[in-house]
Amino acid sequence: MKNPEEIFELLKNEFKDIILGLEKETPTEPIVAIDPMQINKVGLFLRDNDILKFDSLMVLSGVDDANGTKVKDDDGAEMISGGTLSVYYHLHSTNLKHKITLKTSTPRENPQVESVYNIWRTSDWHEREAYDMFGIIFVNHPDLRRILMPYDWEAGYPLRKDYKNPEFYKGMKVPY
Amino acid sequence: MALKTETMVLNMGPQHPSTHGVLRLELEIEGELILSVKPHIGYLHRCFEKHAEAMTYPQVIPYTDRLDYLAAMGNNFGYVVAVEKLLGIQIPERVEYIRIIMAELQRIASHLVAIATNGADIGALTPFLYLFRDREYILSLFEMTCGARMLYNYMWIGGVSHDIHPDFVRKTKEFIIHFRPTIVELNNLLTFNKIFIERTANIGVLPVDTAINFGASGPVLRGSGLQFDVRKEDPYSIYNRFDFEIPTGKGLVGTVGDCWDRYYVRVLEMEQSLRIIEQAIDKIPDGDVHSAIPKRIKPPKGTVYSRVENPRGELGYFIISDGNLNPFRVKVRAPSFVNLELMGELCKGHLVADVIAILGSLDIVLGEIDR
Repeated sequence: MKNPEEIFELLKNEFKDIILGLEKETPTEPIVAIDPMQINKVGLFLRDNDILKFDSLMVLSGVDDANGTKVKDDDGAEMISGGTLSVYYHLHSTNLKHKITLKTSTPRENPQVESVYNIWRTSDWHEREAYDMFGIIFVNHPDLRRILMPYDWEAGYPLRKDYKNPEFYKGMKVPY
Repeated sequence: MALKTETMVLNMGPQHPSTHGVLRLELEIEGELILSVKPHIGYLHRCFEKHAEAMTYPQVIPYTDRLDYLAAMGNNFGYVVAVEKLLGIQIPERVEYIRIIMAELQRIASHLVAIATNGADIGALTPFLYLFRDREYILSLFEMTCGARMLYNYMWIGGVSHDIHPDFVRKTKEFIIHFRPTIVELNNLLTFNKIFIERTANIGVLPVDTAINFGASGPVLRGSGLQFDVRKEDPYSIYNRFDFEIPTGKGLVGTVGDCWDRYYVRVLEMEQSLRIIEQAIDKIPDGDVHSAIPKRIKPPKGTVYSRVENPRGELGYFIISDGNLNPFRVKVRAPSFVNLELMGELCKGHLVADVIAILGSLDIVLGEIDR
């Protein structure tokens, strides 16, 4: 059983620049920040290393950080430009009983994160949900389509902070 | 000349009595044989997570009721535990005991529905009626406490909405005495019934490493033989004070991890829940259930991921606070959502009728899958 600081040191030694830092200001567990396009390598290491054995991905959540600048679009609606979207991975080892949280941030305009589908199969639907709700593209995901919203929803990604409900969906009035 | 064969696509649902809600399964079949199963979800989607961002922290609680509507107490519990972790407040002992008793009663009520519908789906309608009769008893205990029978809004941040009724302790003890023999009755009626075993043993076998990789939790994971229960693994509230066992699938009538094992884990868990209630019911200390409820709930900046053992598995809330009155982000890790992913894996190579048995043994609630 290892605490997050030890795991962070281990990762830092193994991967150097890919590991961006340890965020400690949160009241609960510290978070390890990772480069979005290298997450797969780190995930494989975390799962297969004998002293880590993170065999279970508890949850994968997308988050809109809303840290860009607010601008008005042509209709006067508020939009967020710039900033990042984040993905959080909460890992747990059923064998060694320790936990770690990973975080990766990707630019809002072209959000791309490597998929961890091949490491933890449970991420399949979680990634589809993050794509559906935030528009985060998971590179190498075999079946990335909407999951909760209708497959042909064209009005954007609902959980983004600047999302606006469309007036009509296929001729049906949306705000009822 | 060879006989021309081709596969057929069959839509099971969205309106189908055995899907327990509105779920569409796209089956690719060759005769009776399942080649692949694709679940299509989202018919009940109302974006709880978006609503939560517009609400204050206490206002979110009634929405959590409507996630897993068969185990609303458990949903409340998970949410308030997460927010209390974020706030860092201490809860009165009386509240902790009441919460545990409620959560365990809810677990029994929820498992009763799971077992009853699992049986009814594959043709055993009599146990269904017997078990709903017993569930009724629990619902009236809840009704006595907070006035609601399904959606309670009972657990509040720092307390519970109402103190227990003076008769609650006596009636709960009566329930335990009444309920123990009905588990035996259930076993005679359904569990060891030959037809039921024929339909569920060796069907939908889930090996334990697949289960972990797919993130399965609750009775689905334990049915595969792994002793994993958040109440023991990651104790929240005061679960570490109670003595109970974690039942796992043993392959009693078939292979470890088959439908019957998942079913039987639920039966055994009800007995364990009774044990916890028995230990807690006499020890409820005096006190005021409202004393620790904060006037203004404004957690400091930060993130928390907190999980509890709901009847269907590991229910997690990931909450990000930006220091305001409403949460910045609430993500629900719904156990049914994750467990349903297994459908494709479990059904391969089985027959169409087995899909119903497998789906029943996963015990899904669409309210929390679609959120």
